[in-house]
Amino acid sequence: MRPHSPILPYLFLLPAAATLGLVVIYPALKAFGLSLTDFNMIREARWVGFDNYARLWSDPFFWNALKNSALYVAVVVPVLVVAPLFLAVLVNRALPGITFIRAVLYLPVVTSLVVSALLWKWLYEERGLLNHFLLATGITDQPVAFLTDPANALFSVMAVTIWSGLGYYMVIYLAGLQSIPRSLYEAADVDGVSAWKQTLHITLPLLKPSAAVVTVMSSIAAMKVFEEVYVMTQGGPLDASKTLVFHLYQSAFEDFEMGYASAVGVVLFFLTLALSLVNLRWLRAR
Amino acid sequence: MKTRTSPLRIFASPWADAAWRYAALLLMMAVTVGPFLWLLSTSLKGPGENLFAMPPVWLPAEPTLDNFVRVVETQPFFRYLANSALVAAISVVLNLLLASLAAYPLARMAFPGRQAVFVLLLASMMVPFQLLMIPVYELAITLGLANSYLGLVLPHACTAFGVFFMRQAFQNIPRAVEEAAIMEGIGRLAIWWHVLLPLTKPSLAALAVFSFIACWGDFLWPLILIDEPAYFTLPLGVNRLAASFSLDWRLVAAGTVFSMIPILIFFGFTQRFFIEGAVKGAVKG
Repeated sequence: MRPHSPILPYLFLLPAAATLGLVVIYPALKAFGLSLTDFNMIREARWVGFDNYARLWSDPFFWNALKNSALYVAVVVPVLVVAPLFLAVLVNRALPGITFIRAVLYLPVVTSLVVSALLWKWLYEERGLLNHFLLATGITDQPVAFLTDPANALFSVMAVTIWSGLGYYMVIYLAGLQSIPRSLYEAADVDGVSAWKQTLHITLPLLKPSAAVVTVMSSIAAMKVFEEVYVMTQGGPLDASKTLVFHLYQSAFEDFEMGYASAVGVVLFFLTLALSLVNLRWLRAR
Repeated sequence: MKTRTSPLRIFASPWADAAWRYAALLLMMAVTVGPFLWLLSTSLKGPGENLFAMPPVWLPAEPTLDNFVRVVETQPFFRYLANSALVAAISVVLNLLLASLAAYPLARMAFPGRQAVFVLLLASMMVPFQLLMIPVYELAITLGLANSYLGLVLPHACTAFGVFFMRQAFQNIPRAVEEAAIMEGIGRLAIWWHVLLPLTKPSLAALAVFSFIACWGDFLWPLILIDEPAYFTLPLGVNRLAASFSLDWRLVAAGTVFSMIPILIFFGFTQRFFIEGAVKGAVKG
């Protein structure tokens, strides 16, 4: 066979490499550099060493945002690991209309987050649909201040992230369920193994790779949440729903403290990296 | 042999099993579709109707399209729609082209530095855009791309995910197909275009659909790059509507519904890529 010219592979790679270099690799390195400066888009950046990181350490706004993001991950990830699994089991049957049902459950995933956030802001109104439902069923006797009470705001925003993600993770689990060979269940049936034990000893162990993917992806997504906060609360009230990325955004594009914001970004990067590594290790070990 | 039902079989009879599944699914569908229907209902209510009536009124007494007319008259929503479509279309074409070009040598050729390319690609998938956005913003400003379509396309023009995705697709093609073409003396670029791409149409379509949705829904990047309404995409337009008419939910609802129509049509035609595509992909892998 005629060998290809030695430079040919690089020619194929060039357009993608140039683009990714320009919008990913170079900016990533640059962001680390900027985090060591007082860059603000107006004057020349000055080297300030680790001052931005020292400032982070003593900045109550940063710690508040970090706490909110940690809580976000702690609540949203378990829900998004467990609930879509049940959904996937429900839709994993050749019932009439199941294709349509799957599509409907997937609908929030293709809806842009800005739209979903507005949708829910409307439902969360003081005299809105959700409060009407809660009052009519007697679950509460006062309207709930979903977005205007600091005790509720972050959780109300989380609900939208969960609502938007359910269908996505459902499909990942569905793929996992369908890749389990039917013969395993048939053999277990022949041996008279109960349905519950089959779930415990066949389905769940074989779904571990899917669960790992869901855990890693939903952790990263929860860590990076932005649109929901921006549209529904702007981080308020009293910074109660200000997450790490929202803090980064405000520092960079409202206060123009790009150096400081880059330091927040570097922290964000290491946190998402750590979350993925810990999740993967933990799930592999089991 | 008795027929199997499901690992989470609660009821012995298949009828009872189907019944509780439908009941649970109906409830979940109400949770996912209910909010959309309520928004649609709000958008069709005239000024005479109380939006906060108790109990809630799902079917408007006198449905009207006035809110939609007012939205497109006061804000250039058709322009936003065209902007969104243009930016998403350019991004998808570029991403497919660049990703499948780069995927070819990674799937089929041995060359020095191949391993390094893989490491860099993986690394670039790990970096959150929020870390990159400040330098990319600075770069876009330096290149004069603020308030431009090219600027909006920039972060979507090539994704490492796309490269990996297309590499996987190429690897599934039997080598013999390609070797036959090489024997004929056909160049590699021609093989890529005339042999590999036609054989990976389903993967290209799936990648196109995924990148389209990602680009269409993007908010953070347009938010920081664009301040001229002439270059607003739909998410920016909807956001502005909510900010400027914050008290009139009829108009916000109409604008939001308007922005959803194209993606609903798109999803209607492509939903099998999202659901069946993912399912089949896993079976293969």
